[in-house]
Amino acid sequence: MTDPVLSVQNLKTHFFTRAGVIKAVDDVSFDLARGEIMGLVGESGSGKTVTGFSLLGLVDPPGRIVEGSVKLNGTELTTLSGAALRSRRGREISMIFQDPIATLNPLLTIGQQMHMAISAHDRLGKAAANARCAELLTQVGIPSAKARLRAYPHEFSGGMRQRVAIAIALLHRPAVLVADEPTTALDVSIQAQILLQMRELAAETGTAMIWISHDLAVVSSLATKLAVMYAGKIVEQGPTATLLRDPRHPYTAGLIASLPAMAKPGTPLTQIRGTTPSLLSLPVGCPFAPRCDRQTETCLEKPPLTMEGARGWRCFHPVGHSAGALA
Amino acid sequence: MSAFLSIDNASRLFGPKLSTGEKIAAKLGAKVETRSVRAVSAVTLSVRKGETLGLVGESGCGKSTLGHLIAGILPPTSGTVTIDGAPVMVGSKKVTTRVQTVFQDPFASLDPRMKVGETVAEGPIAHGLTTRAHSKTYVSEWFERVGLDPVWTDRYPHQFSGGQRQRIAIARALAMQPDVLICDEPVASLDVSIQAQIINLFLTLTKKLDLTCVFISHDLSVVQHVSDRVAVMYLGRIVELGPVAQVFGRPAHPYTAALFGSVPKLVLDADELVHFDTIEGEVPSPLSPPSGCYYHPRCPLASPQCSNAAPPTKAVSDVRYVACYHSDAQLRLGPQS
Repeated sequence: MTDPVLSVQNLKTHFFTRAGVIKAVDDVSFDLARGEIMGLVGESGSGKTVTGFSLLGLVDPPGRIVEGSVKLNGTELTTLSGAALRSRRGREISMIFQDPIATLNPLLTIGQQMHMAISAHDRLGKAAANARCAELLTQVGIPSAKARLRAYPHEFSGGMRQRVAIAIALLHRPAVLVADEPTTALDVSIQAQILLQMRELAAETGTAMIWISHDLAVVSSLATKLAVMYAGKIVEQGPTATLLRDPRHPYTAGLIASLPAMAKPGTPLTQIRGTTPSLLSLPVGCPFAPRCDRQTETCLEKPPLTMEGARGWRCFHPVGHSAGALA
Repeated sequence: MSAFLSIDNASRLFGPKLSTGEKIAAKLGAKVETRSVRAVSAVTLSVRKGETLGLVGESGCGKSTLGHLIAGILPPTSGTVTIDGAPVMVGSKKVTTRVQTVFQDPFASLDPRMKVGETVAEGPIAHGLTTRAHSKTYVSEWFERVGLDPVWTDRYPHQFSGGQRQRIAIARALAMQPDVLICDEPVASLDVSIQAQIINLFLTLTKKLDLTCVFISHDLSVVQHVSDRVAVMYLGRIVELGPVAQVFGRPAHPYTAALFGSVPKLVLDADELVHFDTIEGEVPSPLSPPSGCYYHPRCPLASPQCSNAAPPTKAVSDVRYVACYHSDAQLRLGPQS
């Protein structure tokens, strides 16, 4: 295997609040190859967004990365100075966010904002910069791109604004793009257009992507591998198709089984009982144990990572072959 | 079909409120926005007693406005809504408590400064369904029915999770003993594992209480799961109506087909990434909708006829209706993958 563009090892990001230490990201590891798309799935508060922020060094106090390493093309990012990190952020690694209205400055035209993003890392003449902007806008599916450079964000629809945000993130052809639920606020027909384009872009440009989402169906139609997060930990990871067909962690199995599409219409859905635990008072041992049907006394210990080929899970009592998911 | 809830030719317009100055300016030829949005356009629907009707469409298609018209939150600009023959509204005043709504965001729909028990009791006390003295037992009963511990009635909304708040919102709506329940995206803001719990609660309660429901959602798999029939809306018009299995299995309107085609599906036995179709372009502005059929600029089956006049609603079978000139061609395309 070739060297991964991004390698995350034992990453821990904790928030030191008055109420206690919140382990938002707790021992997360994964590799990402060139052009690969990884789906990072989890419910709210599972730490998926903080993981994304940690990769770009965007975690603000009271939070900080307490341990672990993030290597981008061989360079360790967690120990870089602010300036050194800034010179890479946007050029080698960039991020798009859920809300395209909050991402763009309402007072500047799209062109002005794109020029600012270019001049942060490159010296380009106005004509050359305009050409690059138009090229990117066309690539993400914005018609008559040249003319649209003079438009303000409010003149775009939600879907178009998100495309602009994606174009800005891709201006410098970054090696890694972190996408935090970028299609959650959009309609399904627009979401489908963007998902398809992102798939093509990753294949064409070789940009590797981390696609953060709570929606299993969305990431499964985009990502070749998945990581499922629960209470700050990746509880299961592996190639998309195998992981979905044959989940090992009871939480993954429960998530898949609880989807309405998995049940006969009108019949009760398989549900995971209880609620997500507060990160301030996590159960001892496996964080999922109190909601799990397979828990035993062993689960009071922290389950170690079990690896089997390309996939891994953290569970003492993994779900067997094909059982559970399609019940 | 005996209709319990009837919506008869209901329309709702939202227009700019012009000041006297603006009216004069408009008369003198100045540029003043006078166009209005037809959020709901001549919708006729009937729902049987005990039936759940799903209402799907993209944002801005008017599904929430239609929900508001049925619930008596907004008066229709024209047309009527009746429950069991009695009107929901007279003028702009709601005259019945027989229809109640559960809203999307349980963080916004509960008063943060009221104890949740008080929130649930407020309506029933005001309408004489219980007395202040008995309200505690009355509320406790409803808490138990929606799966909440009755000792929590003295707590405030911030002490509950999203799923629990949505249960409180459901208790508040049902404590009014309605015949019709409008659910406006009730699970959209909840986590996947909690969604299943609320959907199961909804299925149990509607059956037990023989509720007639209108279930509004952009999530087609949720609608498919809970509804008997489904209505598909596009820019204020209902383009297709019929039993869920038939509409989802074999759409008669090209928009329905495209909408279902663009939903990412969880395919467990695929080794490659699943293919999904996309609809070209975006929903046009409702301020200046296209001529004829509103969907024709994006429709693969469009013909010149489609841009001339809006297609009338016709029956495809005795239970299915569609507003499209080319529904036969669409039906021939066969079932959705």
